Formats: sequence, C-alpha cells, structure tokens
Amino acid sequence: MLTRTRTQAVAAFDDSAVSRAAGSTVRRRSRQWTAFAFLAPLVVYLAVFYAYPLYRNIDLSVHDYTPRAFVQGNPEFTGLDNYLDVVSDDTFLAALRNTALFTLGSIAVQYALGLVLAVFFHRNFRLSVVLRAMFLVPWLLPLIVSASTWSWMLNSDNGIVNTVLQAFGIGQINWLTSPDTSLLSVTVANIWLGIPFNLVILYAGLQNIPADLYEAAGLDGANSWQRFWRITFPLLRPVSAITLLLGLIYTLKVVDIIWIMTKGGPADASTTLATWSYREAFGTGQPDFSPAAAVGNLLILIAFTAGLAYVRLQRREET
Amino acid sequence: MPRPSTSTKVGAAVLALSALAACSSAPQGGAATSSASAGAAYTWWDPYPQHDPASAWAKRVNACGQQAGVTIQRTAYDTTALTNQALLAGQEGNAPDVILLDNPAVSTLADAGMLTSMGDFGLDTTKFDKNLIAAGELDGKTYGIPIGANTLALYYNKKILDAAGVDPKSIKDWASLNAALKKVKAAGKKPITFSAIGTEEGSFQFLPWFWGAGAQLTQLDSPQAVEALTLWNTWVKDGTAPNSVISNSQNTTWEEFLTGEFAFAENGTWQINSAAKAGFPTGIVQIPGKDGGAAPTPTGGEFITVPVQKDTQRYTTTKKILECMTTPEGLVETGTTFAYYIPSTADGQKAILAKEPSLRPWVEAVRSAKGRTSDNLGTKYPKISEAMWTAVQKALSGTASPADALKAAQAQAKQAIGG
Repeated sequence: MLTRTRTQAVAAFDDSAVSRAAGSTVRRRSRQWTAFAFLAPLVVYLAVFYAYPLYRNIDLSVHDYTPRAFVQGNPEFTGLDNYLDVVSDDTFLAALRNTALFTLGSIAVQYALGLVLAVFFHRNFRLSVVLRAMFLVPWLLPLIVSASTWSWMLNSDNGIVNTVLQAFGIGQINWLTSPDTSLLSVTVANIWLGIPFNLVILYAGLQNIPADLYEAAGLDGANSWQRFWRITFPLLRPVSAITLLLGLIYTLKVVDIIWIMTKGGPADASTTLATWSYREAFGTGQPDFSPAAAVGNLLILIAFTAGLAYVRLQRREET
Repeated sequence: MPRPSTSTKVGAAVLALSALAACSSAPQGGAATSSASAGAAYTWWDPYPQHDPASAWAKRVNACGQQAGVTIQRTAYDTTALTNQALLAGQEGNAPDVILLDNPAVSTLADAGMLTSMGDFGLDTTKFDKNLIAAGELDGKTYGIPIGANTLALYYNKKILDAAGVDPKSIKDWASLNAALKKVKAAGKKPITFSAIGTEEGSFQFLPWFWGAGAQLTQLDSPQAVEALTLWNTWVKDGTAPNSVISNSQNTTWEEFLTGEFAFAENGTWQINSAAKAGFPTGIVQIPGKDGGAAPTPTGGEFITVPVQKDTQRYTTTKKILECMTTPEGLVETGTTFAYYIPSTADGQKAILAKEPSLRPWVEAVRSAKGRTSDNLGTKYPKISEAMWTAVQKALSGTASPADALKAAQAQAKQAIGG
C-alpha cells in the first residue's frame, strides 16, 4: 500500500509537471484564505475588545473632551497637553507617591504573609484544610462588603478598632480621616484582601517541589531554616515572580476599596493614580474624560514596563 | 483535494455569518428608533431606581403618558450613572424624550447642546419659583423645570434639647447656635453632626454656612468663606462635631442622628418620614446665617429636561407630558410620592400646605434656597465645588488652616475654569 501510494505520487508528479506550479499557488492561496478565516474570529475579538478600547483611551487623552465635545463629537486636538497638565498638577506627585507606597507596600506584605501561610499549610496538619479555606474568605466577599466593613471598623468615633485601643488607654486615632493614617488604613485593608491570592498561588507552587529534595536535605543535616532558604525559596522563584507581577498589576488598578473607604481623602492623602483617574471621569459633577484617560494611560504604561521587566527577567533565567 | 475547499467554505460561512450578525444589529437599532418616532412609545429616564414599575411614581408617569396619548417607557438609573448615560446617548444621537436630571447636571448637558430650551419648546416657565428654576438657566435660556425641590435644615432631637435646657427657637445666628451646642455638650451629649465628605455631598452641606457667612462661590478665599470654614473646623477640633464627619455621607450622619446621641443634624427634606419614625421627638430649625436670619440653603432635586430630538414633531406630545407632571395637584402628588419634595410653584406649595401644614418650615426653607449653578455659574460650578470640598477636607483633617486651604481652593478653581 505504501509503495502504491508512492508510485501514484511519483506518477502524479510526472504527469502534472507542467501544471504543477500553477496548481500549487492556487492551493496555497486557498490554504491562506482558510488560515485567515480561522484566524478571523480571534482577530475580530482582539480588535473589538482590546485594540479599540486602547485606541479610544489614547484618542480621549490627546483631545480635549469636555462634555460638550463628547456629545457633539468635535473635540479639539490638544496633543500631549493633557499629559502635561496631569504631570504638572499638584495632585500628580502626591498620587504617584501614594500609588508607589500603596502598591509596593501591599504586594510586599501580601507576598510575605502569603508565603509564610503557604509554607505553614504545606505541612498538612489536622484542620489545615479548614483553616486554609477560612483564609480564602476575603476573596469570596464582594468588595463593597469588605470595604464597608473595614471603614466601619476604622471609624474614628465608633469603630471597633478605636474602642479596643481605648480599652488599652490609647487615644482616638483617626484612621480614615487623618492625612497621616488614611493611606496606611487602605493599604492594610488591601493587604488583607490580597493574602488569599498569594496564598493559593504560592501553595500550588510548593506542591510542585519534589519531596525527595527535602529528604535529601534532611539526610545532609539541613535544618528547617536552611531547607526553606536553599530549597523552597529558590525553587519557588518562577512562581514568586508571576505572583508579584500579577499582584502589582492588580494593585495598581485598585479603585473600589479606596473609593469606598476614603474617596481618596482627606484632601488627596490616599489618592492613587487609579482613584484620581476615576474621580476625574466619574467622581465629580462634571466628567473630565481626557485627563482621566491620560492618567489611565500612564498607569497602563507603568504596568507594561513591569511586564517587560518580568519577561526580561524570565528570559535571563531560562538561558 | 476536497478538504481545504470544505474548510474554505466553512471559513467563508463563518465570515459571512459574522458579517450578517454585524449588519443585522444595526437595522435592529434603527428599527427601534423609527418605531418610537412613529409615536408608539416615549422614552423617559429618571434617577429613581427605588421606584419599581408597580410604584405610585411609575403609575403617575404612565398616567401622564396616557393623557398625552402615548405609552411611556421608563428607565431608572442611579443619579451619577444617569449623567453618564445621558452623555453617551447624546453622543450616539438616541437620547430619550425626557430625562429627569439632578439640578447641577442640567447646565452641563445644556452646555453640551443636548437639551431643548423650554422657550423653544413653548412651555410657560413663569409659574415656577425664580430661585428654584434658576438652576436650570444658562445664558438667559431655561433648559428644564423643577419637579419639586428639597433642601437642608437642622433637625434636632427634642429630648436632648429639653434635657440641656435649649430652646430651639433661640437659635437665630451662629452665636446663639454655638451657645446651644455648648449647653448640649455640657449636658454630656454629642452636639452636632453633618457630612463633610470629599464629594458633591460635602459641598452641598457646607454651602448653607458658606452662603450664610456672606461668601460667594466666585471667591472661595474671601474672609467670609474663611469664617464659615473656621466655624466647622472649630466644631471638629473641639469635639462639638465628631471627627468622622470628614468621611461620613449624609446617610451615615443621619443614621448617627437616629441613634439618639446627637442633638442636631444637618440634613434634608427627604428625611421627614424617617424623622417622624425616630425613637424620639424631632423638629427642625432653619440653618442660621452668621448674623441672623435664615442662611440660603442649596436646592436639591430633579429637573425635567427634554433632550434634542431629530424628529421635532415629538415635542408637542412631550410638552403635554410635562404640563401634566407640573399641575399643582401633580406637584403635590410628586411631593408625597417622594417622601417630601416641596412643590416648585407657588400654587403647588399652597396646595401641599393645605394638606400638610407641618411642612411650613420646609416650604420656607425652599423659598429662601438657592441653586448651586445659579448666578450663571452653570458648568463652572462642578469645578468650584470640587475645589471647595477639597478645602473643607484639608482644613478638617488638619492638613492646612482654613485660610490656606481656601486660598489653594480658589487657585485650583480659577485654574480649572480657565481664568
């Protein structure tokens, strides 16, 4: 059978030697069309849901979209003016600083606590499954519920936190209404929200570390501290990197929890770039889409840079 | 070679299908608008999602539609979502026939060229109270009519005032108010609560004190403005008002007042029912001006606006609907449906007082109230307001002194409105 096919093929090759060239271009072309047709749904999807919104965001940020211009569709092209306005605004530096503190503080502590808990639960003691499930609760609660609960707990006059502190003789701390503590308060709430995510991913990473490595280390007389730093931590590095990257991107764009707890206030004390962008677009009586889009684009740029750094880091790891 | 050709066909079919889908969605939308312009249905948007289709409000809207000979399709949005939806609809050119807009948003949409002025439309606006309809005026044209108005006053807890020996009638100016607050504090109760939150609500609550001191929105750092902010600031600093006012919304402060711990709460007409149900006797006094008299309070409440339609024939019916909504009886009905909304015309006010004489202080408060976008501030108001609530937040949280905070606010507002 094999021989016959082969001979047929050879015969065909001989017979159609002249028309072959033409036939194969037709065939190739039709194949190309097929390929395009199969690609089309994906391309259309990407264009409609990713490329267009991104384009629109850039379009918004380089025009002056007042409500009037938005309705009439005749915004003035202003180039980079919106970006210049945003960067020279007093709020910008405060928001940038707050974003850095909020994001880095959140992901550092989330990661550290998530790792500690993951290692802890990796031992599989009695009730560990139940306890681990309880740590996932923050993830399951709707954000509006957890954020409102936090703001009640941290209320200056009637909050449970201050009541407890007062029982220990510590005076009233205005968690959400003092410029010194409002950023800290929203960061703490955000850390609490982010721990489950870090715990789950790092726990999954731990499962992938072969147990015999620990056995071998045990035989060599490594204590648990050494086992963590020499085996767990290095082998967890790829998982850690992606956890931190995702954490960074999630935290950069946090609006809801800050908005519900402090509205970015008092004054701008807990305003991050994301809440600032939200406030410009939807938080005042008059929507300012252009500066909001400009701030949004800056955020995308920051996240993109972090993504590039991650890719480069990973490439170096692979070679 | 049959295989590639089949898949080419399939691929082509997929493409054709998606193209079809893309096309078919457009005529559908077109069909909906064209059938609407045929007079079958009039669209109506309002910010009252709490009133479902079976509510008295929805029935009233429908009744007015039926009187005008059309069916009304009503859609309710959240207040802030409504402005954005309206802008989007304006951009797409498929705005509804009627939108009930929160009054500061009227000038924003009017400035966008989205609204028909009542004059072009042939609707008589003279019957409406001048101070109320002013919020719908922009450059000499009126772009909406108030369906009712609400405003702020000081609710008091009679039990606490009696125990502290304070006569609410004695509160005539800031000095007598401060004296009353001091007595309450000495009696061991919490004197006053209000909302200084960093949103429009914060500005809304601050305005009676701001205007009551004689300050103007065009000059945020005037000595009078500093006096108003200093008053609030002193209250928060010396514990007359709780520190949490900085982040409390009007609803939260009302919940606090209902606990019976507070002597006074600055709140609005919309709490009348709730106050009547409180576990203690309540009453209201007008917010005093600095040197006596009632301070001008900001008006709240929605305006009926008519977005521009391509088919101008529709206005005739829309006008009938609007007239039906604003007869004195209609306004009284709106007022009672909405847990107290003071009618916006003199006749309507007379009618509601005949029915509920206890509303007299509120009717007076509405008569002395002032629109936030009045004085032809229009679209500048939201910018000024943002600067103002930021200043209030800065001062109360101790970031800056009242004078410095307001100076920064004036600079911010000036920059934002371009001069």
